[in-house]
Amino acid sequence: MTAPLASPASPAVVTPLLTVSKVSRRFRGLIAVDRVSFALVPGEIFAVIGPNGAGKTTLFNMIAGVLAPNDGTITFDGHSIAGLTADAVCRLGIGRTFQIVRPFPALSVEDNVVVGALLRHTDMAAARRHARDVLAQLDLHDKRAVQAAALTLPDRKRLEVARALATEPKLLLLDEVMAGLVPTETDRMVDILRGINSDMGITILLIEHVMRAVMALAGHVLVLHHGAAIAQGTPQEIVRDPAVIKSYLGAETAF
Amino acid sequence: MTALWDSMNGRGKLLLVLLILALLMAPMVASRYLLSVLTLILYFVYVGQAWNLMMGYAGQLSLGHALYVGLGGYVAAILWVHYGIGPWLSIVPAVAVAAAFGAVIGWLAFRFGIEGVYFALLTIAFAEFTRIGFDHLAIAGGAGGLFIPYEERRLGEWWNLRGNQLFFYYLAFVLAAAGVLITALLSRARLGFQWLAVREDETAARALGIDAFRAKMKAILISSGMTAVGGVFYAFYNNTLFPAQMFDMSRSIELILAPIVGGLGTIFGPVVGAFILTPLGEILIMLTDWLGINLPGVKAVFYGLTLMIIISLVPTGVWPRIAQSLDLKKRGP
Amino acid sequence: MWSIYLNVILQGVLTGLVYGLMALGLSVIFGVVRVVNFAHGEFAVIAMYAAFLLFKAIGLDPLIAMAPIAAAFFVVGFVLQRSLINAFVGRPEHEQFILLVGLAIIITNGLLMIFGPDAQPTQLPYAFDSYLIGDMIIDKVRVYAAIAAVVVSAALFAFFRHTRTGTAIRACADNLTGAAVIGLNVKRLYALTFGLGLACVGAAGALMVTLADAAPSLGPAYTLLAFTIVIIGGLGSMSGALVGGVLIGVSEALAGFMFAPSMKSMFSFGLLIAVLVLRPQGLMGKKPT
Repeated sequence: MTAPLASPASPAVVTPLLTVSKVSRRFRGLIAVDRVSFALVPGEIFAVIGPNGAGKTTLFNMIAGVLAPNDGTITFDGHSIAGLTADAVCRLGIGRTFQIVRPFPALSVEDNVVVGALLRHTDMAAARRHARDVLAQLDLHDKRAVQAAALTLPDRKRLEVARALATEPKLLLLDEVMAGLVPTETDRMVDILRGINSDMGITILLIEHVMRAVMALAGHVLVLHHGAAIAQGTPQEIVRDPAVIKSYLGAETAF
Repeated sequence: MTALWDSMNGRGKLLLVLLILALLMAPMVASRYLLSVLTLILYFVYVGQAWNLMMGYAGQLSLGHALYVGLGGYVAAILWVHYGIGPWLSIVPAVAVAAAFGAVIGWLAFRFGIEGVYFALLTIAFAEFTRIGFDHLAIAGGAGGLFIPYEERRLGEWWNLRGNQLFFYYLAFVLAAAGVLITALLSRARLGFQWLAVREDETAARALGIDAFRAKMKAILISSGMTAVGGVFYAFYNNTLFPAQMFDMSRSIELILAPIVGGLGTIFGPVVGAFILTPLGEILIMLTDWLGINLPGVKAVFYGLTLMIIISLVPTGVWPRIAQSLDLKKRGP
Repeated sequence: MWSIYLNVILQGVLTGLVYGLMALGLSVIFGVVRVVNFAHGEFAVIAMYAAFLLFKAIGLDPLIAMAPIAAAFFVVGFVLQRSLINAFVGRPEHEQFILLVGLAIIITNGLLMIFGPDAQPTQLPYAFDSYLIGDMIIDKVRVYAAIAAVVVSAALFAFFRHTRTGTAIRACADNLTGAAVIGLNVKRLYALTFGLGLACVGAAGALMVTLADAAPSLGPAYTLLAFTIVIIGGLGSMSGALVGGVLIGVSEALAGFMFAPSMKSMFSFGLLIAVLVLRPQGLMGKKPT
């Protein structure tokens, strides 16, 4: 059989940026992630959804280098990253935010982002310039001298994204970045993320509960339940998937 | 460097210049006693800065820093007394030995995730272990002590650190200035930022690509090496070394007082702290002498009380408060 | 030949039980209230001087003086936690250490100012009596002290296992949020725990005058000893504190006998370093998840 041809219906064959293959993780007999496989192409926005305890954050943490998988492989940009440390993974080009934001409280907003910028810029002045650019993108330029501990939650969330962005990642992992935001703030964040994706070409993988954001952003969605993948497809497809509706969304959800 | 200078406004710059001038000219007006007190202050500024790098910036609480003072001092003293090698040369092995111990402690702690109180205890254990070890080390004179002989004919041999009070005063000044400069440089450099990140939140720092292990190792290596130089100074200034005195935990506590009282993680904190504590201590001694009370331990009780009061009321140190009210920073972007 | 070693080991066990009682106090404080009591050994030395003074003044046997001293220490601990230390529970760790280091310095040097640096022995009338078991000579004092230590420890164990308050305290140690949620008065329980911990120290200190002469310089050494025992025995394990105490007591006795008396603590430090690196949860502690 010849290689598949590009057509309007199916996208051109592109090398995936991230390939997660049959990855599993157990915690003392409890299976948190069960043979999950999926792939991201460069430039897409991919969401992982599912009820609490479905294994989303564990999956994330394995990609981000916080945990090592018990089985399976993870390939990023041609490198095998399963089992690498968090800082090694970041150096390879994966940035991440945390579900419960972790700003450096004693540092200013700008200095927080400078820390991120220092990964690719060893010169302090250049790092600071880059940090200021990122802050402008994330609408935090005015607050750059404020101490991080004094920020409101929506600002902290944007700081978290700015900091990760300053490391110039190819892939950005966002862990429930919309949590705790009111709808106007959610829309603002969605716009920012869309901009990051389209203007800078950064691939985004996000864990989300806020379906509004998922529908607005994601090109593909993976649904996890009890650690296993129960559905994968476009947002439109998965909201109509009966297994997904049963386990997570509920029949009342209409998008 | 210029960044530090630029960050101060006119008032700050003036104060700094005045301080430096005052210190440089002090010997012209100060009595020998006062000069010796000033020398002590400047010594504590220096070792305080060295400790401050590890604690105030990298966030690692070392309560056994006297280990490095002792190692630096003993290595230099042994090489001089037994082999006639001058201290300016033996600074290199002194620093190397101290840094080697620091590397071992750091590797054990950071590789195996020993932090907080466990790390502090580890540093104490190493210091105590070494103290007892030196008690039994013949070449170091054992518990009986090691003595650098006072030789009148050698006075003036600055390359052998043989000199009078004036000589050691200016040497201490140079050390203190170097300590402040090194802190200023590092705190604004990439490494300083990495340290702060690791101190504030190691997990978040790793997620930004910082190799926390390496950053912490650099902290302990630099800090231990710097402190060892202070040890060399101390040895040749005091000329007598005893393990019980060089490696003792009270020594370790003594050198952390100034940075804590002055302000952890600040460039001038240890300076302010040393200038407050040492004179107050001396005044206390003079007061008790004058009152006819001769109680060993009064000064230490005072220091203990100061520690408790400062950490309760002004945990970030006095210097940040003073700096704020004196308004020494330039405003603006 | 064997009997000499056995003798030394037995001495070590007996001494170790008293050490264990002191460490038990720290285990309780550190394990529950999570306070790093850097002044632990210094408190023990206060108790030593208290026992010494009571003996000197009214001839009260330290084994009996143990009770009122422990009671007094309980009150001190309760008040101290309530008034001073509670404020530090949420603050950065290093601030807590420094507070207690400051207190330790004040205690040690305060004692130095009052009593002077020389060691003060407590000459008990039966200090030189000993039991003869086979080839072994065992000081009666050591036996009595060890028995007292075991009795106090057993009482504490019983308290934690069988009383409501004891169980409540254990709940706080296991799950602080949960404890607060079900309505336990955490502040009061913390104060109680600190009081109990210091009571152990008081009792142990009183017993220690039978083993050593009171001196201000012992404070830091005992603090380190207590921490070494707690870490080796395992944080959060009360039996670990006693086991650790015996282990340290025996190793110190053997090291002192086989090498030089001054080297004995070197061995303990080596052990501490080894445990911190290889098995930080200690012999009987819970492995951190």
